[in-house]
Amino acid sequence: MSKNPEFVKFDKVDKSYDGKVLVVKDLQLDIAEGEFITMLGPSGSGKTTCLMMLAGFETPTHGEILLDGNIISNIPPHKRGIGMVFQNYALFPHMTVYENLAFPLRVRKVEKDEIDKKVDKALSMVSLNGFETRMPAQLSGGQQQRVAVARALVFDPAVVLMDEPLGALDKNLRESMQYEIKHIHESIGVTVVYVTHDQSEALTMSNRIAVFNDGKVQQLSDPAELYEKPVNSFVAEFIGENNTFNGEVIDIDKDKCKVKLANSEILANPISVKSKGEKTTVSLRPERALINPKDKMDNMFTGKIEEVIYHGDHTRVRLNLLGSSEFILKVPNSTSNLELKVSQDINIGWNSLDARALDPK
Amino acid sequence: MSSEVKQILTTDGIPLEVSLKKAERKNKIKAFLLVAPLLLFLVITYIFPIGEMFTRSIDDKMITNMLPKTFKKMESWDGQELPPKEIFSAFYYDYKVLVENQEHGKLGQRLNKEKNGFNSTTKRLFRNIKRKKIDESASIKEQMIKVHKNWGKVEYWQAIKRTAPPYTLAKYLKGMDMYYAADGSITQVDEDRRIHRILWLRTLEIAFFVTVFCFLMGYPIAHLLATLPMKYSNLLMICVLLPFWTSLLVRTASWMILLQQQGVVNDFFVMIGLVADDSRPEMMYNKVGTYVAMTQILLPFMVLPLYSVMKTISPSLMRAGKSLGGTPFVAFWKVYFPLTIPGIGAGCLLVFILAIGYYITPALVGGASGTLISNQIAYHMKTTLDWSFASAMGLMLLTGVLVIYWIYNKLVGVDNIKLG
Repeated sequence: MSKNPEFVKFDKVDKSYDGKVLVVKDLQLDIAEGEFITMLGPSGSGKTTCLMMLAGFETPTHGEILLDGNIISNIPPHKRGIGMVFQNYALFPHMTVYENLAFPLRVRKVEKDEIDKKVDKALSMVSLNGFETRMPAQLSGGQQQRVAVARALVFDPAVVLMDEPLGALDKNLRESMQYEIKHIHESIGVTVVYVTHDQSEALTMSNRIAVFNDGKVQQLSDPAELYEKPVNSFVAEFIGENNTFNGEVIDIDKDKCKVKLANSEILANPISVKSKGEKTTVSLRPERALINPKDKMDNMFTGKIEEVIYHGDHTRVRLNLLGSSEFILKVPNSTSNLELKVSQDINIGWNSLDARALDPK
Repeated sequence: MSSEVKQILTTDGIPLEVSLKKAERKNKIKAFLLVAPLLLFLVITYIFPIGEMFTRSIDDKMITNMLPKTFKKMESWDGQELPPKEIFSAFYYDYKVLVENQEHGKLGQRLNKEKNGFNSTTKRLFRNIKRKKIDESASIKEQMIKVHKNWGKVEYWQAIKRTAPPYTLAKYLKGMDMYYAADGSITQVDEDRRIHRILWLRTLEIAFFVTVFCFLMGYPIAHLLATLPMKYSNLLMICVLLPFWTSLLVRTASWMILLQQQGVVNDFFVMIGLVADDSRPEMMYNKVGTYVAMTQILLPFMVLPLYSVMKTISPSLMRAGKSLGGTPFVAFWKVYFPLTIPGIGAGCLLVFILAIGYYITPALVGGASGTLISNQIAYHMKTTLDWSFASAMGLMLLTGVLVIYWIYNKLVGVDNIKLG
């Protein structure tokens, strides 16, 4: 069976709640069959609205949503066959774990034996066998979360939607659940649309990430590209850490441009700047700047250490560099034989390729 | 070693338990002082009156105190044959004291309730004592039988014996249309005189249907309240509470204006041609009026507990139900409805218990066929002044409510009630 690259399709979808503000603007998004796609963005960026439209709880103001080639805008939620994991799990508190899982099967009039088999299979998938008779209130947050995942998968839906499902868990549990959900996805090959505002969660789990802001998809790409090659300053800012310089392009070449800052000049990689005189924000990942680089780099400057913060696996150093005192360096602790002291001067270098000249902030 | 393990000491060497008690004692006293005024209030306004009601309802000490010697002697009398002469003379001396204190009339009336004809029987004796016709040195028994032949009948003496216990359940039996027959057995009153049983049944019926109507009307309102946006739900909440803030009497009176035969509702019916002008239906002074007015008045008591429960039900549960494949009805019936049961229980119990003891509304709009047991209680309090009977019926009502509460607890469980 060949995978359908347009299994779920948002076709020019607009959504407005009050007729004045567009929450989702001209959304064009294709989701391939079996893909794990994450909608990532700050709150109010329209990502949850997209999910609710796909689930059928909101209707698009304009445009169509297609599932496997069929327009679903007029199909009520219960006929869409889309599984959903809710933010607060939404387990039915008056039913046991078994009854919760059996609910989607019972409403589909599945035979009792079949229900037992499927519930058992779904529970073993989230390693919760033996919890059938428990009530949701008797489970820990992580267990409730797993039951919610199992319940969304038990009726073999074509698509599973997850609306910030790990938001209520503590950090360690969240991380282990991330892997668990990822592995479940890999083993059963269901299409997952995942919504989160946690960028590390998105990077860990997804095949592709759609970064939402202001009702629009800012960038849609795989995690590595998203992190390494953000296409605009919002994405650069939102994903990972970022050092920025605001300036003006004074010279531009094919793969290099010269940016004039307040009182110095740097070389950068022109991404969204086209011509001289344009304003730009240059973005540089902290780990791309090196201390006392051995090789020759095309940006070499000296900065003064303002603050040294120990983070366990790495040390963060805040520098005063090129007129900005917010320049962050990440130094892995394996190489921290360096003596880093406050108010010490150090040499910093980076390649112009890693300094991406993006749209001005 | 083991004894050291048993007793844990604080750093100062005081046993931990002692130290803890000491630390907590102050808090306990403070907490008690805080609730003490309320406790006192409850005792004075609730527990004490109920105790008072109870003693009043079973109190039958009057005769017991009037005929002390007689009842002392009667202890050894089996009540089968005419009593021995000691009892006659004991009664005679008791009665003589009453005559001196001018209390003999009350005794006659009270005994007359037990056995017809007692009043004249005692009056004859009173006149003879007054005229000093009884020779105390001769046989008192024979003289009394000579005064009135009833003294020679065993039934009259049995009637006296029945009044001996200081307590009686007669008032409770009366509340259930029963009484102690002459031989002491419990007997039902004649069929055409059984008014209380009809009232009890009607009270239960009206309370039940008012609860049902309140539920049917309150559930959708509560659901709207819990799900509408704040802007509208506040307005709706005010609409629900506004009647609540209006005086009960005003509300009942406005129902009278609406429901009377020349009232607004009837005028409207005539106007739209639903009924003819000369055959306006009677909607007041009967059960209809009681139903309509009580349902409206008790509706907030149903809406508020339901609302408070529905407010806590996350909307994502209904969504989950739908996304898992349940039709809106299935999602409602299998997910939403079971979660509102605590609110339904609380609302129904509240409305039912309030309705069962409702007084003003049925009194004003109920007429003859729409009055409840509480109106009967009030009637005996105010008109016949038979307070002990009113107390007995009040306590029967209270017991009924407690029984309903107990049944509810068995069926649903009181822990499942949620008032807010």
